[in-house]
Amino acid sequence: MTRRAAALALAAIGWLGASFGAGEARAEKMVVSLSNHRVAINSNFSGEDLVLFGAIEPSGRGEQLHGKYDVVVTATGPRETYRTRRKARVLGIWVNVDSREFAQVPSYLAVLANRPFVEIANAETLRRLRIGLDNFLLTQRIGPDLADTVRDDPFRVAFVTLENSYGLYRESPEGVTFLTPAVFRAAVALPSQVPVGTYSVDVKLFADGQMVAQTTTSLEVIKAGFEQYIADAARDHGLLYGLATALLALLTGWIASVVFRRD
Amino acid sequence: MQIYLPIADLPLNVFLLFGMGLAVGFISGMFGIGGGFLMTPLLIFIGVPPAVSVASVASHIAASSFSGAIAYWRKRALDVALALMLLGGGILGTAAGVWLFTKLRALGQLDLVIGLSYVTLLSAVGGLMIYEGAGAILRARRGLPPVLRRPGSHVWFHGLPLKMRFKRSKIYVSAIPVWTIGFLIGFIGAIMGIGGGFLLVPMLIYLLRVPTVTVIGTSMVLTLVTMASATVMHAATNQQVDAVLAFILMVGGVIGAQFGARTGQKMRSERLRLLLGVLVLAVGLRFAYALVIEPDNLYSIRLVESGL
Repeated sequence: MTRRAAALALAAIGWLGASFGAGEARAEKMVVSLSNHRVAINSNFSGEDLVLFGAIEPSGRGEQLHGKYDVVVTATGPRETYRTRRKARVLGIWVNVDSREFAQVPSYLAVLANRPFVEIANAETLRRLRIGLDNFLLTQRIGPDLADTVRDDPFRVAFVTLENSYGLYRESPEGVTFLTPAVFRAAVALPSQVPVGTYSVDVKLFADGQMVAQTTTSLEVIKAGFEQYIADAARDHGLLYGLATALLALLTGWIASVVFRRD
Repeated sequence: MQIYLPIADLPLNVFLLFGMGLAVGFISGMFGIGGGFLMTPLLIFIGVPPAVSVASVASHIAASSFSGAIAYWRKRALDVALALMLLGGGILGTAAGVWLFTKLRALGQLDLVIGLSYVTLLSAVGGLMIYEGAGAILRARRGLPPVLRRPGSHVWFHGLPLKMRFKRSKIYVSAIPVWTIGFLIGFIGAIMGIGGGFLLVPMLIYLLRVPTVTVIGTSMVLTLVTMASATVMHAATNQQVDAVLAFILMVGGVIGAQFGARTGQKMRSERLRLLLGVLVLAVGLRFAYALVIEPDNLYSIRLVESGL
């Protein structure tokens, strides 16, 4: 209740400010649209580049756009739990000795902006709004607790670096381009091994180092057709699936022995 | 042409996979083995998760050993009674292997165990094969007759009870070592994703004195059943069998095996054994190298299954 009241009050102040033309009115809104809300993984899937278009508009009549905006797009994939292991030399061979669990972290994370984050807002704001891979909340299970560690924690660094090398975690200060001062596009690249599930795309609008508007859209990555069928069968009917695969093997072997029979 | 593998969750080139199937099939046909010890590491090398590799290769080996077994069955070079007895132990061993596989995967030490097993087993077996093959070639060079039976015909386990007569192989041995060998092969096969043909054949020849006529056909039957049941068990417990991947490998494998078998028949058997020994040892050393040198990245990530 109080939050809504506060929002109403803010809106009223904004409206008053705008109507009296008193100083800086912050009343922008964004309209965003994804090129595709449903990414289907089929047998020739090798990644897909999604495009997000956005337009900045004044939220009410008679208001003016500020002129210079910054946009940060954060796309997150379905949450998963990962275990990161560290190897060390034990008796001359390399063995996994230590591990840390990253609980319910995004399986895909892309942070895109139109210029380096540090130029968009100050460090404190970036941290508060969790902008960039360094500031994103990556909870680790440490004993019974769930907490994010400092950003230079070796496990955190290794996790982000590895995910980055798979193309699943990325950060780009050139990922957003302004087509006109009020229209922008962002390229969200989904790599070939992209996890299936629901993705959310969060778009934040900045002006003068402050966030002035925020909007969220979502998309779905699904396995389609035959791939879907196989994956479902393997998960839901493991035994039958195994029997079918074994039968397929026997059939292949038998056909080969018939085709290549020489006597 | 890339194809997306639904269980391995990554796209790979169909022709690369098919080519790997052909090449490994050729080798397997040439030496009368399944070729899993080559295929599993190759798949891991091109990025397929180890668990998926091991589970999917099982069905690939089942296919190639079935086509082989049919050929030997036609030539009557197959001891059904012996195969059935080995199988009893083999299925128990496979179940135990799949169980341990699941446990190790949960503990995060599966890769290490697979790596260590490859190093010890392949280096030892490869070394022995080279020693034996080179010895046979040297004897042939000097004009000595080949050693058909090893000296010291009685080993302790030949005195064990539950003796059985296997007519086609013309042997009379206790069921206990037969079941033990079957169990070991099934167990190792399920963990390492290998059929174990290259282990079983020497074991049958040197331990049970099975004649060379029936040994490969019999070994193929055992490989076939353990690998087919490993496929079913891996699918039911770990859900890591990628049917698309397995199918591409199978088709390549059975075709390659036909050409391999023709080449193999033209070669002398001790030379073949030496060559196989070198191959086995090389794969073993490759694994040893990977364990000993410092990895590029000390860290690795694995998805934690929601079920575990």
